[in-house]
Amino acid sequence: MIAGLYIHGQSALHRAAAGAKILAMVALGTGVFLIPDWPVVAFVLATVLLLYPVSGFGPRIMWAQIKPILWLLVIFFAVQLWLNDWQAGLLVITRIAAIVMFASLVTLTTKTSDLLASLERAMQPLRPIGVNPEKVSLAISMVLRFIPVISTVASEIRDAQRARGLDRSIIAMVVPLIIRTLKMADDVADAIDARSFD
Amino acid sequence: MIRIENVSVQFEQRRALSDIDLTLGEKRIGIVGANGSGKSTFVRLLNGLQTATSGRVLVDDFDAAKDGRKLRRHVGFVFQNPDNQIVFPVVEEDIAFGLKPLKLSKEEVNRRIDDVLARYDLQDFKTHPSHLLSGGQKQLLAISGVLVMEPRYIVLDEPTTLLDLRNRNRVQRAIAELDQTVITVSHDLDLIADYDRVLAFEDGRVVLDGTPADVLPKYREMMA
Repeated sequence: MIAGLYIHGQSALHRAAAGAKILAMVALGTGVFLIPDWPVVAFVLATVLLLYPVSGFGPRIMWAQIKPILWLLVIFFAVQLWLNDWQAGLLVITRIAAIVMFASLVTLTTKTSDLLASLERAMQPLRPIGVNPEKVSLAISMVLRFIPVISTVASEIRDAQRARGLDRSIIAMVVPLIIRTLKMADDVADAIDARSFD
Repeated sequence: MIRIENVSVQFEQRRALSDIDLTLGEKRIGIVGANGSGKSTFVRLLNGLQTATSGRVLVDDFDAAKDGRKLRRHVGFVFQNPDNQIVFPVVEEDIAFGLKPLKLSKEEVNRRIDDVLARYDLQDFKTHPSHLLSGGQKQLLAISGVLVMEPRYIVLDEPTTLLDLRNRNRVQRAIAELDQTVITVSHDLDLIADYDRVLAFEDGRVVLDGTPADVLPKYREMMA
Protein backbone atom coordinates (compact mmCIF):
# COMPACT_ATOMS: atom_id res chain seq x y z
CA MET A 1 0.00 0.00 0.00
CA ILE A 2 1.11 3.51 -0.66
CA ALA A 3 1.87 5.26 2.62
CA GLY A 4 1.72 8.95 1.81
CA LEU A 5 -1.76 9.76 0.47
CA TYR A 6 -3.82 12.79 1.37
CA ILE A 7 -5.48 12.73 4.79
CA HIS A 8 -8.16 15.33 5.26
CA GLY A 9 -7.44 18.02 7.88
CA GLN A 10 -7.73 21.72 8.71
CA SER A 11 -4.13 22.58 9.70
CA ALA A 12 -2.19 25.53 8.29
CA LEU A 13 -0.23 23.12 6.10
CA HIS A 14 -3.47 21.63 4.76
CA ARG A 15 -4.65 25.14 3.86
CA ALA A 16 -1.34 26.28 2.31
CA ALA A 17 -1.21 26.55 -1.50
CA ALA A 18 0.00 23.39 -3.24
CA GLY A 19 2.45 25.37 -5.38
CA ALA A 20 4.06 26.89 -2.28
CA LYS A 21 4.45 23.43 -0.73
CA ILE A 22 6.06 22.06 -3.89
CA LEU A 23 8.48 25.01 -3.96
CA ALA A 24 9.30 24.46 -0.28
CA MET A 25 9.96 20.80 -1.06
CA VAL A 26 12.35 21.73 -3.88
CA ALA A 27 14.07 24.30 -1.63
CA LEU A 28 14.45 21.81 1.24
CA GLY A 29 15.66 19.07 -1.12
CA THR A 30 18.32 21.37 -2.54
CA GLY A 31 19.13 23.06 0.79
CA VAL A 32 19.98 19.92 2.75
CA PHE A 33 22.50 18.93 0.08
CA LEU A 34 24.24 22.31 0.41
CA ILE A 35 24.63 21.93 4.19
CA PRO A 36 27.83 20.01 5.05
CA ASP A 37 27.19 19.51 8.83
CA TRP A 38 25.02 16.67 10.10
CA PRO A 39 23.82 18.50 13.27
CA VAL A 40 22.32 21.28 11.11
CA VAL A 41 20.61 18.75 8.84
CA ALA A 42 19.42 16.87 11.94
CA PHE A 43 17.87 20.14 13.14
CA VAL A 44 16.07 20.49 9.77
CA LEU A 45 14.82 16.90 10.11
CA ALA A 46 13.63 17.58 13.67
CA THR A 47 11.73 20.65 12.41
CA VAL A 48 10.09 18.57 9.67
CA LEU A 49 9.13 15.91 12.23
CA LEU A 50 7.65 18.61 14.47
CA LEU A 51 5.38 19.65 11.58
CA TYR A 52 3.63 16.25 11.76
CA PRO A 53 1.89 16.76 15.13
CA VAL A 54 1.33 20.42 14.20
CA SER A 55 -0.56 19.16 11.10
CA GLY A 56 -2.55 16.66 13.17
CA PHE A 57 -0.57 13.47 12.44
CA GLY A 58 0.51 11.11 15.20
CA PRO A 59 3.50 8.77 15.56
CA ARG A 60 1.72 5.93 13.69
CA ILE A 61 1.46 8.00 10.51
CA MET A 62 5.05 9.26 10.91
CA TRP A 63 6.29 5.68 11.27
CA ALA A 64 4.34 4.59 8.17
CA GLN A 65 6.24 7.19 6.10
CA ILE A 66 9.76 6.27 7.24
CA LYS A 67 9.33 2.51 7.64
CA PRO A 68 9.60 1.61 3.89
CA ILE A 69 13.02 3.30 3.56
CA LEU A 70 14.55 2.21 6.89
CA TRP A 71 16.57 -0.60 5.27
CA LEU A 72 17.89 1.89 2.73
CA LEU A 73 19.01 4.24 5.50
CA VAL A 74 20.78 1.38 7.27
CA ILE A 75 22.63 0.43 4.06
CA PHE A 76 23.65 4.06 3.34
CA PHE A 77 24.88 4.50 6.90
CA ALA A 78 26.89 1.27 6.76
CA VAL A 79 28.49 2.20 3.41
CA GLN A 80 29.47 5.66 4.67
CA LEU A 81 30.79 4.16 7.91
CA TRP A 82 32.93 1.79 5.86
CA LEU A 83 34.15 4.40 3.33
CA ASN A 84 34.36 7.49 5.61
CA ASP A 85 33.20 7.83 9.23
CA TRP A 86 29.99 7.81 11.30
CA GLN A 87 29.50 11.61 10.89
CA ALA A 88 29.37 11.19 7.10
CA GLY A 89 26.88 8.34 7.60
CA LEU A 90 24.65 10.50 9.77
CA LEU A 91 24.83 13.37 7.26
CA VAL A 92 23.62 11.14 4.41
CA ILE A 93 20.76 9.48 6.29
CA THR A 94 19.48 12.68 7.94
CA ARG A 95 19.42 14.33 4.47
CA ILE A 96 17.41 11.47 2.96
CA ALA A 97 15.09 11.23 5.97
CA ALA A 98 14.42 14.99 5.93
CA ILE A 99 13.54 14.94 2.22
CA VAL A 100 11.35 11.82 2.44
CA MET A 101 9.53 13.01 5.57
CA PHE A 102 8.87 16.45 4.10
CA ALA A 103 7.72 15.05 0.74
CA SER A 104 5.37 12.66 2.60
CA LEU A 105 4.04 15.55 4.67
CA VAL A 106 3.30 17.49 1.48
CA THR A 107 1.34 14.56 0.00
CA LEU A 108 -0.45 13.94 3.32
CA THR A 109 -1.65 17.55 3.47
CA THR A 110 -2.30 18.21 -0.24
CA LYS A 111 -5.05 16.76 -2.40
CA THR A 112 -3.69 14.98 -5.46
CA SER A 113 -5.89 17.18 -7.65
CA ASP A 114 -4.34 20.35 -6.14
CA LEU A 115 -0.82 18.98 -6.58
CA LEU A 116 -1.58 18.07 -10.17
CA ALA A 117 -3.21 21.42 -10.89
CA SER A 118 0.00 23.13 -9.70
CA LEU A 119 2.12 20.79 -11.81
CA GLU A 120 -0.11 21.44 -14.82
CA ARG A 121 0.36 25.20 -14.38
CA ALA A 122 4.12 24.78 -14.01
CA MET A 123 4.26 22.67 -17.19
CA GLN A 124 2.27 25.08 -19.37
CA PRO A 125 5.47 26.67 -20.83
CA LEU A 126 6.42 23.20 -22.14
CA ARG A 127 3.28 22.97 -24.29
CA PRO A 128 4.95 24.49 -27.42
CA ILE A 129 7.51 21.66 -27.44
CA GLY A 130 4.74 19.05 -27.45
CA VAL A 131 4.24 18.35 -23.74
CA ASN A 132 0.56 17.98 -22.80
CA PRO A 133 0.36 18.98 -19.10
CA GLU A 134 -3.12 17.42 -18.64
CA LYS A 135 -1.91 14.05 -19.89
CA VAL A 136 1.23 14.18 -17.72
CA SER A 137 -0.83 14.96 -14.61
CA LEU A 138 -3.35 12.22 -15.46
CA ALA A 139 -0.47 9.75 -15.78
CA ILE A 140 0.89 10.76 -12.34
CA SER A 141 -2.53 10.47 -10.70
CA MET A 142 -3.01 7.04 -12.23
CA VAL A 143 0.30 5.83 -10.84
CA LEU A 144 -0.87 6.87 -7.36
CA ARG A 145 -4.29 5.32 -7.91
CA PHE A 146 -3.12 1.99 -9.32
CA ILE A 147 -0.29 1.16 -6.92
CA PRO A 148 -2.78 -0.23 -4.35
CA VAL A 149 -4.85 -1.93 -7.10
CA ILE A 150 -1.82 -3.73 -8.59
CA SER A 151 -0.66 -4.62 -5.09
CA THR A 152 -4.05 -6.30 -4.47
CA VAL A 153 -3.83 -8.15 -7.80
CA ALA A 154 -0.30 -9.34 -6.92
CA SER A 155 -1.54 -10.59 -3.57
CA GLU A 156 -4.46 -12.46 -5.22
CA ILE A 157 -2.06 -14.12 -7.67
CA ARG A 158 0.37 -15.02 -4.87
CA ASP A 159 -2.46 -16.72 -2.95
CA ALA A 160 -3.68 -18.57 -6.06
CA GLN A 161 -0.18 -19.84 -6.89
CA ARG A 162 0.46 -20.79 -3.26
CA ALA A 163 -2.74 -22.88 -3.36
CA ARG A 164 -1.25 -24.72 -6.36
CA GLY A 165 2.09 -25.22 -4.61
CA LEU A 166 3.85 -22.71 -6.89
CA ASP A 167 4.83 -20.22 -4.21
CA ARG A 168 8.53 -20.42 -5.13
CA SER A 169 8.03 -19.84 -8.86
CA ILE A 170 8.78 -16.29 -10.00
CA ILE A 171 7.33 -17.01 -13.46
CA ALA A 172 4.04 -18.20 -11.92
CA MET A 173 3.84 -14.84 -10.17
CA VAL A 174 5.15 -12.46 -12.84
CA VAL A 175 3.41 -13.78 -15.98
CA PRO A 176 -0.21 -13.56 -14.70
CA LEU A 177 0.59 -10.22 -13.04
CA ILE A 178 1.81 -8.76 -16.35
CA ILE A 179 -1.15 -10.21 -18.27
CA ARG A 180 -3.71 -8.89 -15.77
CA THR A 181 -1.99 -5.49 -15.62
CA LEU A 182 -2.01 -5.17 -19.43
CA LYS A 183 -5.68 -6.18 -19.57
CA MET A 184 -6.43 -3.68 -16.81
CA ALA A 185 -4.56 -0.98 -18.76
CA ASP A 186 -6.84 -1.62 -21.77
CA ASP A 187 -9.96 -1.41 -19.60
CA VAL A 188 -8.75 1.77 -17.87
CA ALA A 189 -8.01 3.38 -21.24
CA ASP A 190 -11.60 2.59 -22.30
CA ALA A 191 -12.94 4.03 -19.05
CA ILE A 192 -10.98 7.26 -19.59
CA ASP A 193 -12.28 7.52 -23.16
CA ALA A 194 -15.80 6.86 -21.90
CA ARG A 195 -15.50 9.82 -19.55
CA SER A 196 -14.70 12.08 -22.50
CA PHE A 197 -11.04 12.81 -21.67
CA ASP A 198 -9.05 13.50 -24.86
CA MET B 1 -34.07 7.94 -29.25
CA ILE B 2 -31.30 5.54 -30.35
CA ARG B 3 -31.23 4.29 -33.92
CA ILE B 4 -28.97 1.45 -35.00
CA GLU B 5 -29.08 1.21 -38.77
CA ASN B 6 -27.77 -2.03 -40.34
CA VAL B 7 -24.72 -2.06 -38.12
CA SER B 8 -22.03 -4.70 -38.40
CA VAL B 9 -18.76 -4.89 -36.49
CA GLN B 10 -15.95 -7.01 -37.83
CA PHE B 11 -12.85 -7.75 -35.78
CA GLU B 12 -9.82 -9.26 -37.55
CA GLN B 13 -10.98 -12.85 -37.75
CA ARG B 14 -14.41 -12.57 -36.17
CA ARG B 15 -17.72 -10.91 -36.93
CA ALA B 16 -18.88 -9.50 -33.57
CA LEU B 17 -22.16 -7.98 -34.79
CA SER B 18 -24.12 -8.69 -37.97
CA ASP B 19 -26.69 -6.35 -39.54
CA ILE B 20 -28.24 -4.98 -36.37
CA ASP B 21 -31.23 -2.78 -37.13
CA LEU B 22 -33.02 -1.38 -34.08
CA THR B 23 -34.73 1.66 -32.65
CA LEU B 24 -34.53 2.02 -28.88
CA GLY B 25 -36.89 4.47 -27.23
CA GLU B 26 -37.75 2.77 -23.94
CA LYS B 27 -36.58 4.07 -20.57
CA ARG B 28 -35.14 0.73 -19.34
CA ILE B 29 -33.53 -1.67 -21.78
CA GLY B 30 -31.84 -4.92 -20.76
CA ILE B 31 -29.29 -6.78 -22.88
CA VAL B 32 -28.60 -10.47 -22.34
CA GLY B 33 -26.53 -13.09 -24.11
CA ALA B 34 -23.79 -15.64 -23.59
CA ASN B 35 -20.16 -14.53 -23.34
CA GLY B 36 -18.93 -13.56 -26.81
CA SER B 37 -22.46 -13.11 -28.19
CA GLY B 38 -21.82 -9.43 -29.09
CA LYS B 39 -23.73 -7.69 -26.32
CA SER B 40 -20.75 -5.73 -24.95
CA THR B 41 -19.67 -4.74 -28.46
CA PHE B 42 -23.23 -3.54 -29.06
CA VAL B 43 -23.35 -1.26 -26.02
CA ARG B 44 -19.85 0.06 -26.71
CA LEU B 45 -21.23 1.36 -30.03
CA LEU B 46 -23.67 3.56 -28.13
CA ASN B 47 -21.08 5.95 -26.73
CA GLY B 48 -18.50 5.63 -29.47
CA LEU B 49 -16.07 3.32 -27.65
CA GLN B 50 -16.54 0.97 -30.60
CA THR B 51 -17.00 2.13 -34.18
CA ALA B 52 -19.21 0.26 -36.61
CA THR B 53 -17.51 -1.42 -39.57
CA SER B 54 -20.66 -0.67 -41.57
CA GLY B 55 -24.00 0.99 -40.87
CA ARG B 56 -24.82 3.95 -38.66
CA VAL B 57 -25.41 4.59 -34.93
CA LEU B 58 -27.49 7.66 -34.07
CA VAL B 59 -28.16 8.77 -30.50
CA ASP B 60 -30.57 11.72 -30.51
CA ASP B 61 -28.80 14.25 -32.72
CA PHE B 62 -25.39 12.64 -32.50
CA ASP B 63 -23.83 10.37 -35.08
CA ALA B 64 -21.40 8.03 -33.29
CA ALA B 65 -18.98 8.10 -36.22
CA LYS B 66 -18.73 11.91 -36.30
CA ASP B 67 -19.55 13.19 -32.81
CA GLY B 68 -17.60 10.76 -30.62
CA ARG B 69 -16.53 13.26 -27.96
CA LYS B 70 -19.95 14.90 -27.58
CA LEU B 71 -21.58 11.49 -27.61
CA ARG B 72 -19.46 10.30 -24.69
CA ARG B 73 -20.83 13.17 -22.59
CA HIS B 74 -24.36 12.34 -23.73
CA VAL B 75 -24.07 8.61 -23.04
CA GLY B 76 -22.39 7.68 -19.75
CA PHE B 77 -20.78 4.26 -19.43
CA VAL B 78 -20.33 2.21 -16.26
CA PHE B 79 -18.02 -0.80 -16.53
CA GLN B 80 -18.16 -4.18 -14.82
CA ASN B 81 -15.10 -3.64 -12.63
CA PRO B 82 -15.16 -0.26 -10.86
CA ASP B 83 -11.47 -0.66 -9.99
CA ASN B 84 -10.70 -0.12 -13.67
CA GLN B 85 -12.98 2.89 -13.93
CA ILE B 86 -11.85 4.90 -10.91
CA VAL B 87 -8.75 6.80 -12.01
CA PHE B 88 -8.09 9.16 -9.09
CA PRO B 89 -6.89 8.15 -5.62
CA VAL B 90 -9.46 10.23 -3.70
CA VAL B 91 -13.26 9.96 -4.08
CA GLU B 92 -14.05 13.64 -4.82
CA GLU B 93 -11.12 13.89 -7.24
CA ASP B 94 -12.37 10.94 -9.24
CA ILE B 95 -15.85 12.41 -9.55
CA ALA B 96 -14.36 15.76 -10.58
CA PHE B 97 -12.30 14.09 -13.32
CA GLY B 98 -15.25 13.67 -15.71
CA LEU B 99 -16.13 17.36 -15.26
CA LYS B 100 -12.71 18.61 -16.30
CA PRO B 101 -13.49 18.95 -20.03
CA LEU B 102 -16.62 20.98 -19.17
CA LYS B 103 -14.49 23.80 -17.64
CA LEU B 104 -17.03 24.47 -14.89
CA SER B 105 -16.39 26.85 -11.98
CA LYS B 106 -14.96 25.36 -8.78
CA GLU B 107 -18.26 26.08 -6.98
CA GLU B 108 -20.30 24.25 -9.62
CA VAL B 109 -17.90 21.27 -9.55
CA ASN B 110 -18.20 21.11 -5.74
CA ARG B 111 -21.98 21.44 -5.88
CA ARG B 112 -22.28 18.56 -8.34
CA ILE B 113 -19.90 16.38 -6.31
CA ASP B 114 -21.80 17.04 -3.07
CA ASP B 115 -25.16 16.36 -4.75
CA VAL B 116 -24.12 13.07 -6.26
CA LEU B 117 -22.39 11.84 -3.08
CA ALA B 118 -25.46 12.73 -0.99
CA ARG B 119 -27.63 10.80 -3.42
CA TYR B 120 -25.76 7.58 -2.62
CA ASP B 121 -25.09 8.35 1.02
CA LEU B 122 -21.37 8.63 0.31
CA GLN B 123 -20.89 12.19 1.60
CA ASP B 124 -18.73 10.97 4.50
CA PHE B 125 -16.35 9.38 1.98
CA LYS B 126 -15.73 12.57 -0.02
CA THR B 127 -12.05 12.84 0.95
CA HIS B 128 -11.60 9.08 1.44
CA PRO B 129 -9.00 7.06 -0.57
CA SER B 130 -11.02 5.41 -3.34
CA HIS B 131 -9.17 2.07 -3.06
CA LEU B 132 -10.41 1.65 0.53
CA LEU B 133 -14.12 1.67 -0.42
CA SER B 134 -16.15 -1.56 -0.41
CA GLY B 135 -17.07 -3.19 -3.75
CA GLY B 136 -20.58 -1.72 -3.66
CA GLN B 137 -19.33 1.73 -2.72
CA LYS B 138 -16.81 1.57 -5.57
CA GLN B 139 -19.56 0.71 -8.05
CA LEU B 140 -21.68 3.58 -6.69
CA LEU B 141 -18.65 5.86 -7.04
CA ALA B 142 -18.26 4.69 -10.67
CA ILE B 143 -21.95 5.49 -11.26
CA SER B 144 -21.48 8.87 -9.51
CA GLY B 145 -18.52 9.69 -11.75
CA VAL B 146 -20.79 9.20 -14.75
CA LEU B 147 -23.92 10.84 -13.29
CA VAL B 148 -22.08 14.02 -12.41
CA MET B 149 -21.57 14.64 -16.14
CA GLU B 150 -25.39 14.73 -16.41
CA PRO B 151 -25.69 12.35 -19.38
CA ARG B 152 -29.02 11.66 -21.08
CA TYR B 153 -28.34 7.90 -21.28
CA ILE B 154 -26.42 5.53 -19.03
CA VAL B 155 -25.01 2.22 -20.20
CA LEU B 156 -24.13 -0.28 -17.47
CA ASP B 157 -22.02 -3.25 -18.54
CA GLU B 158 -22.60 -6.06 -16.03
CA PRO B 159 -22.67 -3.65 -13.08
CA THR B 160 -23.43 -6.24 -10.38
CA THR B 161 -21.29 -9.18 -11.49
CA LEU B 162 -18.54 -8.60 -8.92
CA LEU B 163 -20.80 -7.65 -6.01
CA ASP B 164 -22.16 -9.55 -3.01
CA LEU B 165 -25.95 -9.75 -2.56
CA ARG B 166 -26.28 -6.70 -0.31
CA ASN B 167 -24.22 -4.49 -2.63
CA ARG B 168 -25.96 -5.95 -5.68
CA ASN B 169 -29.32 -4.92 -4.18
CA ARG B 170 -27.95 -1.48 -3.34
CA VAL B 171 -26.75 -0.96 -6.92
CA GLN B 172 -30.08 -2.27 -8.26
CA ARG B 173 -31.95 0.34 -6.18
CA ALA B 174 -29.54 3.03 -7.40
CA ILE B 175 -30.19 2.04 -11.03
CA ALA B 176 -33.96 2.00 -10.46
CA GLU B 177 -33.83 5.58 -9.16
CA LEU B 178 -31.95 6.98 -12.17
CA ASP B 179 -33.87 9.55 -14.21
CA GLN B 180 -31.88 8.76 -17.32
CA THR B 181 -32.59 6.17 -19.98
CA VAL B 182 -30.70 3.08 -18.81
CA ILE B 183 -29.28 0.28 -20.95
CA THR B 184 -28.02 -2.60 -18.81
CA VAL B 185 -25.99 -5.59 -19.95
CA SER B 186 -26.40 -8.35 -17.41
CA HIS B 187 -26.30 -12.08 -16.73
CA ASP B 188 -28.37 -11.33 -13.63
CA LEU B 189 -31.85 -11.74 -15.09
CA ASP B 190 -33.60 -10.51 -11.91
CA LEU B 191 -31.84 -7.17 -12.36
CA ILE B 192 -33.68 -6.52 -15.63
CA ALA B 193 -36.92 -8.36 -14.87
CA ASP B 194 -38.92 -5.14 -14.49
CA TYR B 195 -37.37 -3.34 -17.48
CA ASP B 196 -39.42 -2.12 -20.44
CA ARG B 197 -37.58 -4.12 -23.09
CA VAL B 198 -35.01 -6.90 -23.27
CA LEU B 199 -32.79 -7.86 -26.22
CA ALA B 200 -31.07 -11.25 -26.33
CA PHE B 201 -27.93 -11.61 -28.43
CA GLU B 202 -26.48 -14.73 -30.00
CA ASP B 203 -23.60 -14.94 -32.50
CA GLY B 204 -23.69 -11.19 -33.07
CA ARG B 205 -27.42 -11.01 -33.80
CA VAL B 206 -30.52 -10.07 -31.83
CA VAL B 207 -32.43 -13.32 -31.53
CA LEU B 208 -35.07 -12.24 -28.99
CA ASP B 209 -36.61 -8.79 -28.56
CA GLY B 210 -39.59 -7.88 -26.38
CA THR B 211 -40.78 -7.38 -22.84
CA PRO B 212 -38.98 -9.26 -20.04
CA ALA B 213 -42.07 -11.44 -19.62
CA ASP B 214 -41.74 -12.53 -23.26
CA VAL B 215 -37.99 -12.73 -23.62
CA LEU B 216 -36.60 -14.01 -20.32
CA PRO B 217 -38.39 -17.41 -20.20
CA LYS B 218 -37.33 -18.09 -23.81
CA TYR B 219 -33.80 -16.95 -23.05
CA ARG B 220 -33.61 -19.25 -20.01
CA GLU B 221 -34.75 -22.12 -22.24
CA MET B 222 -32.19 -21.16 -24.87
CA MET B 223 -29.38 -21.26 -22.28
CA ALA B 224 -30.49 -24.55 -20.69
